[in-house]
Amino acid sequence: MDERSEVFASQETLAACYRRIGVISLIVLFVFCALGFRLWQLQIVEGAHFRTLSENNRLRLNRLPSIRGLMLDRTGRVVVENRPSFDVVLVPEDTKDRLTTLRTLVSYLPETAGLLEGKVPRNPRRPAYEGISVARDVSWDTLVAIEAHQLDLPGVTVEVSSKRSYAAGNFASHLLGYVGEVNNTEMAQYKGYRPGDLVGKVGLEKVWEEDLRGYNGGQQIEVDATGRKLRILDEVKTQPGYNLRLTLDLELQEQVERALGEAEGAVVVLAVETGEVLALANRPAFNPNLFARGIKSNEWRALVENPLHPLTNRALRGQYPPGSIFKPIMALAALEEKIVTPETQFRCQGGLPFGGRTFHCWKRSGHGLVDLKQALVQSCDVYFYQIGQRLGIQKIAQSARRFWLGQDLGLALDASPGVIPDIAWKRRHFNAPWYTGETLSVVIGQSYVVTTPLQMAVATAAIANGGVVYRPLFVKQVIGVDGEPIQTFAPEIITRANFSEEHLRIVRDAMREVVHGERGTGKKAFLPHIGVAGKTGTSQVVSGIRGKDADVPRRHRDHAWFIAFAPAQAPEIAVACLLEHAGRGGGAVAAPVVRQILEAYFHISEQRNLENDGIRQTPS
Amino acid sequence: MMGFDRRLVEHFDWLLFCLTVGLLCIGLLGIYSATYEGPSQASPQLIRQLIWVAVGFCGMGLAFAIDYRRLERWAYLLYGAGLGLLILVPLIGSFGGGARRWIHIGVFSLQPAEFMKIGLLLVLARLYHRSVPTEGYGIREILVPAVFVALPAIFILWQPNLGTAITLGLLFLTLTFAAGLRLRSLSILALVGSGILPFVWTYLKPYQQQRVLSFLYPDIDPLGASYHMIQSKVTVGSGMFWGKGFLLGTQNRLDFLPEKHTDFVFAVFAEEWGFVGALGLLVLYFLLLARLLVIALRARERFGLLLTVGVAGIVFWQLVINTGMNVGVLPVVGVPLPLLSYGGSSLLTTMVAIGLALNVSTRRFLF
Repeated sequence: MDERSEVFASQETLAACYRRIGVISLIVLFVFCALGFRLWQLQIVEGAHFRTLSENNRLRLNRLPSIRGLMLDRTGRVVVENRPSFDVVLVPEDTKDRLTTLRTLVSYLPETAGLLEGKVPRNPRRPAYEGISVARDVSWDTLVAIEAHQLDLPGVTVEVSSKRSYAAGNFASHLLGYVGEVNNTEMAQYKGYRPGDLVGKVGLEKVWEEDLRGYNGGQQIEVDATGRKLRILDEVKTQPGYNLRLTLDLELQEQVERALGEAEGAVVVLAVETGEVLALANRPAFNPNLFARGIKSNEWRALVENPLHPLTNRALRGQYPPGSIFKPIMALAALEEKIVTPETQFRCQGGLPFGGRTFHCWKRSGHGLVDLKQALVQSCDVYFYQIGQRLGIQKIAQSARRFWLGQDLGLALDASPGVIPDIAWKRRHFNAPWYTGETLSVVIGQSYVVTTPLQMAVATAAIANGGVVYRPLFVKQVIGVDGEPIQTFAPEIITRANFSEEHLRIVRDAMREVVHGERGTGKKAFLPHIGVAGKTGTSQVVSGIRGKDADVPRRHRDHAWFIAFAPAQAPEIAVACLLEHAGRGGGAVAAPVVRQILEAYFHISEQRNLENDGIRQTPS
Repeated sequence: MMGFDRRLVEHFDWLLFCLTVGLLCIGLLGIYSATYEGPSQASPQLIRQLIWVAVGFCGMGLAFAIDYRRLERWAYLLYGAGLGLLILVPLIGSFGGGARRWIHIGVFSLQPAEFMKIGLLLVLARLYHRSVPTEGYGIREILVPAVFVALPAIFILWQPNLGTAITLGLLFLTLTFAAGLRLRSLSILALVGSGILPFVWTYLKPYQQQRVLSFLYPDIDPLGASYHMIQSKVTVGSGMFWGKGFLLGTQNRLDFLPEKHTDFVFAVFAEEWGFVGALGLLVLYFLLLARLLVIALRARERFGLLLTVGVAGIVFWQLVINTGMNVGVLPVVGVPLPLLSYGGSSLLTTMVAIGLALNVSTRRFLF
């Protein structure tokens, strides 16, 4: 034993050491308490939070987007569908030699050349092994090339996504609408959307969003720290959206679009006995497929900055003075109020002096003596000035409203109510009294009166069907995934105009004469075998300008109207056609369009009857 | 003295030994789970660690068998041998993880810095044992021990291996304190230490600076430097009260936790065994340390006392730094958890150290 050890082992020095070991023990005890407290904090207090974080680490949710419902026409033809879009996806972690892979990729897909210059889209939040989309919606040839050279392209895959496809291009585009990526407002409005999801933006796509969208599914995938997918823990199947069977007839729609040609305007074709919208067209139109594939900013700008406003649904939103197509309703009002009988005649000398000025007839030479029928057939303004004076603005407004003009049709789609002015209306909007002179303008569908093409079609159908104002119907059925109808929509009556059948018949006869009569203004709508009833209208945009003149600026030119129903004796369809700023009379330019539409309708109808599948007896 | 003495068996410190074996078992469980590949095979790391446990028991036996007072005489020799190995590292050592710390012998790799702890412990205990000022040590009296610490510490920092260097420094402080430091000197040391810190900062490698920064501001770069820290906290915390179950820790098994069988084996254990298990583990360590301190108190003479306090210091400081980093209260510094972390040199060193404590504990009855 070492001597010195014994020296220092004296109780004295050891006792001092013991005190210090006591201090050390206290430090140790304190540190262990602190560590224990920290464990309690992490595992008990914040345990649930960290458990969530660890689950988030491990679980990745893969959304399986649902397939949007289709839109079919009334006969079951596909109007709006989905098509596969092939997107080229790069998974950088899977490329062995990234530069070589990119070079090969660019040789097949020149638009990805930016990738070679280091323009791989970087997203620091991108989880590993999550693909980066480098090209969307590639052509079939490119797809084949990439698939064929898979071995030279490690890390490059093709993913299929679903894109909306509007089979008929820009046919009925305003009605069908389009889809686009959901924005913040929409995400707040609807439930269950994430950025990047598609949502109906306008038209039926928007109105029927809830039914069309279906339910997204999802996969819960377990991943390791590098992001490799290990297994699917749970899967919720996607549920496709419901299909819509529209009231639209695709074949008729095509003919309507063709008849409308390139003229700015709108056409609405309704089934007289149901209010079903058989066709609806607007010009100028747009191609919703642009939106489906993601509209480019220059394309969007071109649409928005176009002075003709191609995105506007004129049929529902465009408000135009009806002009002379207002007259049948005024004639009904006059008969109803017993201001005139069918035999009452007024003399037209080309104008009516009133309040110090002369209200002109469109025919400055005058129509001579005209009764109600001739007043409609020849569209004599003076006759209607006479009855307008006697009716007064309140009766005029009441009668027009019985056909639901100036009122909201109650559609889910965006539609304008138009304006039917009366004394209260004028006080409200101009804080001014009503002048009788204004009544003379209103009775011929000018002044403050504005209506939409859809409203005029509804009113025309009501004249044709005995006074029933139907709410325009766009969708017949919502059809489930299994093909069984989930919901069927019956025709819905808004109101009954309640004009006597006798008076209605008088007006209908007059409207038939408009087309078939020797002096009718709508003779260009004549069909040889079928009775057509109609009414022309030429509505002034700027008073005093009768726009045959080529030098009148477009925006000052008259609108051309034609309303019609056919067959005259047993009406099936009603048509309203508006040609915006046509500059020529409704009889000259709008009547031929309607004639073409009616001809097409009866042609299709006849053919379908042969096939025992008429528009009349529509399958449901 | 060298012959077999029956009293060595009679007075063997079974409590310390059993605590050590218990912790070793927990460590093997942790490494098994952290390196688990499937039910049919044991991972190479587990097998290697098992071999090291066997080697560790040999080392422990040796450290126990040779009278520690004889070891005192060999202190400089052992210190010199350790330093020699340490000097070999930059010459024949191999790289790993951006540092040159290992010497390869066959399939095993040695980390001389670990062994240096034993050499330094013996030398410091000897120095403080042989010169005992009545008034306690002043700054001048601890200069020599400080040089003995600084010499290996410089080599170790150069590797770089901040964790082990810190451990050596803390071992020095612990022993100096236990040996008796004047209060005035203690405050001077503290002052100088805090004065040096900014300079130390500039000498840290960028990755080390990053770790300290990410400790102070864990949200700077969640996928970069602070990843370890965040994932470790998530791992420990997500264990909640009962844990996720053996082999069921998702952070561990799906590799979200880096360095899981070495520096973060505590987190692996805490994830799978929960608050109950982690607290139990801490209790075991506490009992081990308490036992070591009791042995120190019972030691018959100063060398044995200092030696045992040093052993406790080695275990305690590594435990504090390692668990502190696992639960996110200390920056990430590569310090193994004694007896639990994978790593042969660390395991062998700790077991030899405990062998020394067993030595002191048992031999107090022999004289």
